[in-house]
Amino acid sequence: MRSISDYVARVEKTCGEEKHFIVILRYDRKNEAIARILKRASIKKSISRMIFELAFGAVSFRLYETGKAIFRNIKSKEELQKVLASLLL
Amino acid sequence: MLNPYRIREDFPILKRRINDHPLIYLDNAATSQKPRQVIEAIREFYQSCNANVHRAVYTLSQEASELYEDAHEAVADFINADNMKEIIFVRGTTEAVNLVAYAWGLHNLKKQDEILVTLMDHHSNIVPWEILSKVNGFKIEYAEVKNDGTLDHESFEDKVSRRTKIVCLPHVSNVTGVINDIKEVAKIAHDHGALVLVDGAQSLPHLPVDVEDLDIDFLAFSGHKMLGPTGIGALYGKNMILEEMEPFHGGGSMIEEVTFDTITRRCLVSVNTLPWKFEAGTPNVSGGVGLMAAVKYLKNLGIAKVKAHEEILTKHAIDRMQECEKVKIYGPIDSSAKCGIIPFDLKEVNSHDVALFLDRYGIMIRSGFHCAQPLHEIFGLKSSARISFYIYNTCEEIDRLTEVLKEIEQF
Repeated sequence: MRSISDYVARVEKTCGEEKHFIVILRYDRKNEAIARILKRASIKKSISRMIFELAFGAVSFRLYETGKAIFRNIKSKEELQKVLASLLL
Repeated sequence: MLNPYRIREDFPILKRRINDHPLIYLDNAATSQKPRQVIEAIREFYQSCNANVHRAVYTLSQEASELYEDAHEAVADFINADNMKEIIFVRGTTEAVNLVAYAWGLHNLKKQDEILVTLMDHHSNIVPWEILSKVNGFKIEYAEVKNDGTLDHESFEDKVSRRTKIVCLPHVSNVTGVINDIKEVAKIAHDHGALVLVDGAQSLPHLPVDVEDLDIDFLAFSGHKMLGPTGIGALYGKNMILEEMEPFHGGGSMIEEVTFDTITRRCLVSVNTLPWKFEAGTPNVSGGVGLMAAVKYLKNLGIAKVKAHEEILTKHAIDRMQECEKVKIYGPIDSSAKCGIIPFDLKEVNSHDVALFLDRYGIMIRSGFHCAQPLHEIFGLKSSARISFYIYNTCEEIDRLTEVLKEIEQF
């Protein structure tokens, strides 16, 4: 059975007053992870399918086809893990 | 004038493509890229004369020791220090400030004393003093910063007094690039009997710094921001002050001898001469060698030319970025009064989004507080995006940055 770490290489809390998280997807599973995310989140905007502004429930985030995403205003790493699990697993 | 296109040939990393775009590196205030001359000097050291320095009699150690001492001399010459006794190699600016805090402050700051820091300081010039203040109980005063990011000299003069024992401030702000008038500040501080510690992390790489002319007591800086490797930097201190200071770390190299007293059953320690008194343990020899190569590279270019080049870039960037409707630049916009650092935000887009968007196009910039949260509070910012230039950046790169910023505005 797959886990979040199969898709996510690193998570970094942003430096600043806002509480955002940067999620960096594993390079070798990046395309699979992006496909899963796009299937489950709703696309608000996109540029040439390279950059996506997405929503998943109350969570807004931006996903780049480079394998990076910024999840905005997430309270804790635990909350982020739950969102990632819902999006990826 | 510098030719950045010729300079770029010395930097192998600049040939990289990121996300299928040419790399545009605009995070030089965080760290600089390294020329092949520095990379080669480190490689050559490990390949030809790697050994531990000092006290060994064999050839390799003598060669390594000479190189390491030459590196001290090169740095002393670069900042016009009297001699290498005034140059202590450390890991970087942070360690240099901590050295002053613990080897000088711990023994000289009493409960009734004050120190003066500024609200534009990097956390590394604030936190060591806040920690030490909890131990010694001295008061920390903070000089205000004006809305344009410049130091409020009135506030500075109000807060400096006979109780002030040391004044700590950055030569150049790592957020706005503002250049402080260190000579003037040092004069005021000295008139009140206070020492002056300058954080030179953002000035040494970008403009001429002459410690004698500035008449400062301490100067802290990092090698990695001035083309050198990470993990090496220096503290300059006036010889007389360093002589009177207690050691920072204890261990090998920093001692002259350690003898055992059979009556008291204690070891008696006599400390080494400067600068080794403050360099305990095996030092970062290869880092010193790399730093020396970096200093030579900058000297060959001419540091005044570096400043002139960055002024051109800064002016060009400010002009071009002002074409963007949603971009707001913080700090002064007079490129001659600052170094090549520009903080900005983009209306309705947070700084990390801006940085990630630019990364998609191979443009590397910094987002966040840049270790200067109090200054962001003054600007009323939750975080900021920051671009910072160096010798290899070009106006074409700035044009490309502006194009992508305009794209972000449309998104």
